[in-house]
Amino acid sequence: MATKLPKPDELSRIDYTPPKKCWMDTPAELKPGMYCWGAKAKNLNVVGFPNARDWSPAEEDWKLPKEWEGTVLEGIHDRLSKYRSFRLFMDVCVRCGACADKCHFYIGTGDPKNMPVLRAELLRSVYRKYFTVPGKLFGGLAGARELTTEVLKEWWYYFFQCTECRRCSVFCPYGIDTAEVTMMGRELLNLLGLNIDWIAGPVANCYKKGNHLGLEPHTIKSSMEFFLDDIDTLTGVKVEPTFNRKGAEILFVTPSVDLFADPGTYTAMGYLMLFHELGLDYTWSTYASEGGNFGVFTSNEMAKRLHYKIYAEAKRLGVKYIIGGECGHMWRLVNQYLDTWHGPADFMEEPVSPITGTKFENAKSTKMVHVIEFTADLIKNGKLKLDPTRNDHLNVTYHDSCNTARGMGLLDEPRYVLKNSCSNFHEMPENTIREQTFCCGSGTGLNASENMELRMRGGIPRANAVKHVHEKYGVNMLTNICAIDRATLKASMDYWVPDVSVAGVHELVGNALIMTGEKERTTDMRGEPLPGKEGDENETV
Amino acid sequence: MKIIFSFFTVVLLVLLAFLGLKIANLYYLFGVIIPYAALAIFIIGFVYRVMKWASSPVPFRIPTTCGQQKSFPWIKQNKIENPSSTWGVIIRMLLEVLAFRSLFRNTKTESRDGKLSYGSDKWLWMAGLAFHWSFLVILIRHFRFFAADVPSVIHLIESLDSFLQIGVPLLYMTDIVLVAAVTFLFIRRVVIPQVNYISLIADYIPLFLILGIAISGILMRYLFKVHLVGVKNFAIGLINFNPVIPEGVGVIFYIHLFLISSLFAYFPFSKLMHAGGVFLSPTRNLANNSRMKRHVNPWDYPVKVHTYEEYEDDFREKMKNVGIPVEKE
Amino acid sequence: MELKSILLQKKSVILKRWFDMVLETYPADSVSFFKNQKDKFANPVGAAIVEGIEKIFNELLAREMNPGTVGMFLDNIIRIRAVQDFTPAEALAFIFSLKKVVREEAWAEIQANGLTEELFAFESQIDDLSLISFNIYMKCREKIYEIKANEARDSTFRLLQRANLMTEIQEQGPDPEDVKLINIKRKEATK
Repeated sequence: MATKLPKPDELSRIDYTPPKKCWMDTPAELKPGMYCWGAKAKNLNVVGFPNARDWSPAEEDWKLPKEWEGTVLEGIHDRLSKYRSFRLFMDVCVRCGACADKCHFYIGTGDPKNMPVLRAELLRSVYRKYFTVPGKLFGGLAGARELTTEVLKEWWYYFFQCTECRRCSVFCPYGIDTAEVTMMGRELLNLLGLNIDWIAGPVANCYKKGNHLGLEPHTIKSSMEFFLDDIDTLTGVKVEPTFNRKGAEILFVTPSVDLFADPGTYTAMGYLMLFHELGLDYTWSTYASEGGNFGVFTSNEMAKRLHYKIYAEAKRLGVKYIIGGECGHMWRLVNQYLDTWHGPADFMEEPVSPITGTKFENAKSTKMVHVIEFTADLIKNGKLKLDPTRNDHLNVTYHDSCNTARGMGLLDEPRYVLKNSCSNFHEMPENTIREQTFCCGSGTGLNASENMELRMRGGIPRANAVKHVHEKYGVNMLTNICAIDRATLKASMDYWVPDVSVAGVHELVGNALIMTGEKERTTDMRGEPLPGKEGDENETV
Repeated sequence: MKIIFSFFTVVLLVLLAFLGLKIANLYYLFGVIIPYAALAIFIIGFVYRVMKWASSPVPFRIPTTCGQQKSFPWIKQNKIENPSSTWGVIIRMLLEVLAFRSLFRNTKTESRDGKLSYGSDKWLWMAGLAFHWSFLVILIRHFRFFAADVPSVIHLIESLDSFLQIGVPLLYMTDIVLVAAVTFLFIRRVVIPQVNYISLIADYIPLFLILGIAISGILMRYLFKVHLVGVKNFAIGLINFNPVIPEGVGVIFYIHLFLISSLFAYFPFSKLMHAGGVFLSPTRNLANNSRMKRHVNPWDYPVKVHTYEEYEDDFREKMKNVGIPVEKE
Repeated sequence: MELKSILLQKKSVILKRWFDMVLETYPADSVSFFKNQKDKFANPVGAAIVEGIEKIFNELLAREMNPGTVGMFLDNIIRIRAVQDFTPAEALAFIFSLKKVVREEAWAEIQANGLTEELFAFESQIDDLSLISFNIYMKCREKIYEIKANEARDSTFRLLQRANLMTEIQEQGPDPEDVKLINIKRKEATK
């Protein structure tokens, strides 16, 4: 090699940026591993999104439509008049910095544009230029800047490095919610066809086939049959769920990924076992087969289009109310958007548990009960026979999903269910749970694989807290009530804290549940020998 | 750069007032026209900005829930941090506005190497609270200039504020606290790298302006001793729309007045509008009850959906094959 | 006087300089955050570096360096650097920075006490660290690709199952009908 090898400290200083310029003058550099592939034309076409074409973020030319600046500015104008949150959050920030170190992406990357305040300023600076008097008059002096291709790329890069987890909004003295800003940012980008394929694909699938994974009706059924076989093998109990059954009392809706990928599948088995044991008059739907909604990561309108199926199916089947499975952003939407989008749900009845008679007062308008609420009520009323010792090989902690924590407040119910389903439970440090919970690092459709470095970095704060309880208490199971968590924390744990597994709460419920007529269980759903039953393993293999 | 620019902007304002009075004798301009104009801009601008915000609807209930939701009677709801009733929201807002609840929500600080370290947030909360409250007290104290008979409330506030009984005239604690807090907020902006990085000119100008107002006020009270009766006559004249330019009130008073006028005129165009905005924040001022009570989006419009019929048309045969019931055989 | 006791005396200043040199490898904008935020849970990256380098240094000063232990400490730092914007060389260069710090901080004492040979020995210990680090770094990167592959596999596992492409398992098992095997296979898959 002819080139002179650099000395170690030269090498290590290659990335050292000399005295920093103003952030406005530092264009974003798209680093591999930190972003996802661009949305493919076919996926955008399915739902009729504009500027559908195949493109690559890595290339210079993003194939933007003509006069795209006008489209964006018009889009901003339109949204300012529709959303008070957006208009207000563009104006009231005082840049106090309280949010700065609250973002998991900032903590993990140290990239200043990942500070929530700066992420919002990316958009605010353009807002000032075109929509405020000082910005129009004084430009840069008033913190305003022109909308250019560089700015647009910067938006794309950083609005797809925010998981809309709302942690910053907990600490903001004005409640400025970066999730709102990112949502608007992504809506604007969508006007130009600038989405990522990891989101556009599931959206297209969900629209046409009813769920993100694109499972067709017969596939859903056969997927489920594998679970039924597994349950049969495990417990000797034959479970027979129904699909699209008219006249059922309850419709059950859950994220489709739990029907497909481990460890979510075990959670789905947990539901099946629980509902069977209760003799619940319920049905699954292949049409409303998705609780999650990747549409919300593109635009409000798309989200509304996808969530339509839930009420429509409930109406068609004539159910009394709906139970929703463990999912994060699904519940943000159910709690804060669904009724507004598609209500009033007056064709259903106010939800009452058929087992305990408890009225779910807090769901009387949406008619949609969280399965954790449903189960917590069963346990409180002594309607479930649980044997927590079956989970004694697990040392459990609980990760609050961003959306159920900060967009709903479902905090104590899952803990109650867990504490009745297992014997060893330890909380993570105070500033990493409940409303201060850290994102898994891959929410809002950022759980692709091409951006693995971003995911791993964003996952550091959560993983660090898990590592702490792992070392201190020997925690080996990270539970949660979010399908994205189950998929992404698995990867995150695999890298950061390899001895910790990930499970949905209802997996533990399913394991602890004593079912009528069941045979003696020797393993849990994953085939792990139950405590005290280790010897039996050899016989079965 | 930003700091120097902001600093000299305020210095320029001071010079403008000084020269305008000393050289051009523009007493009427600085004493009457500008204050009235500034007040008018402030009121109209403030109302306009708030109306503008209010003109955008709140399509969805999006409170940031910071505590346990209302679910079962046996699970204790956090009625303030996750309110489901109007009363809860009112208390949440009061805590936010009066006590800066969110800023107080400091992450619990862990000890490392046996040493306890404090996050900067608590300091920010303290400084913010000290600044805003002392500003308010000072503002209220100033009402004595505008009333012929000073209300007893103001007397009470004054005596509380000066209970240390230091110096002649008595030293007001809020004067010290205000200057200290603003100085802290400024230093923090310079010293903490992240905050420095995000700061704009618009962040430094208000700090310098308020510091200028405070310092000119303090100088006037403790050092240059302006003609108080004159000031009071002037103030009462202003408020009764019968302005008089008093004799023998020092230039320092006009500088003070001009800086205040500048602040008032600047207010509606600036981030200082957070004073009005905080009340409108949808993540704080809404109850988390949207599963109990339907919230209506005023601009809701029908969207294109994929209906069940279309879905069944796509998959009818496959559904029938595996025994999933269909509408049309 | 031994080199190690000199280094022990100068431990705090050496660690501080070493820490600064590690941080210098990050973009200036990030440095302030990693350096100033003291809360372990609010700044896991900075905390991992501070704790990591101290433990590594202690291990170097120990009578006998335990590769297992020191590897664990190195892992805590390298695992993070392996997913940051570094080339492999950049990611590991921080180890060699220690040589520079030690020479600069203790050169006078080393010369005065004729400890050059001890210095060489110490430095070759650092070389050992770098070799261990290469392994760790590679493991981390391999893990990343493994995770990517796993995610791809997990998302097609049920498809394979359904398409009866699981013959491989069935051939291995004594009883093709035993669904439990799928369980076992899946258990392996999740590991």
